[in-house]
Amino acid sequence: MSIIITVLSIILVSAGVFFLAAGTIGFLRLPDFYTRLHAVGKCDTLGTVLSLTGLALYNLHEGLSLVSILVSLKIMLIGVFWFLGGPTATHALLRATFESGKTPWTKDGKAVIDWPPEKGG
Amino acid sequence: MENFFIGVGLALSLLVLLSFYRAILGPTVIDRIIGVGVLGTKTLIILLLMGFIYKRIDMFVDISLVYAILNFIAVLIFSKFFVSKWV
Repeated sequence: MSIIITVLSIILVSAGVFFLAAGTIGFLRLPDFYTRLHAVGKCDTLGTVLSLTGLALYNLHEGLSLVSILVSLKIMLIGVFWFLGGPTATHALLRATFESGKTPWTKDGKAVIDWPPEKGG
Repeated sequence: MENFFIGVGLALSLLVLLSFYRAILGPTVIDRIIGVGVLGTKTLIILLLMGFIYKRIDMFVDISLVYAILNFIAVLIFSKFFVSKWV
């Protein structure tokens, strides 16, 4: 039982690190900050939640006790908080940028939407 | 298993160093704000890994929780006060 939990947590943590690495590569290479937020906002959330799930699972590998169950619940609380909070922070940042009138990047430099956006929409 | 955690911590530290590039040299203010957010997310996982390596996870999980909340609030406040002024 212990070895199954250990292998499962290794797989989950490795998948989380893979997604975090993909998000960071996108963060470094994409052309403007709307696309960078696109890369970071999703990959970071998924990678964090996967890693935290793996760590919470590994915490239970020595057998169930009150302390270990409580610590695992706390780690999953961080995961749930970040699952709600990360996209919210990304959305707030994106909305503030959008309303301050910065045009998104396009390949030929022409805007694809009417600018500036209508107020009160 | 400790060796695996140390390896994961090293990989995450490398990603943190790569994110420092945008957090310090990013062309606009928004790039720096995103960079700080990404740094905080990875630090949260590194703190938990340190707790597993030192076998004091019951203490480090509280530090990590506080770090997550501070990071979230910091990004919200930065986006409220800094973006519309200096973009």
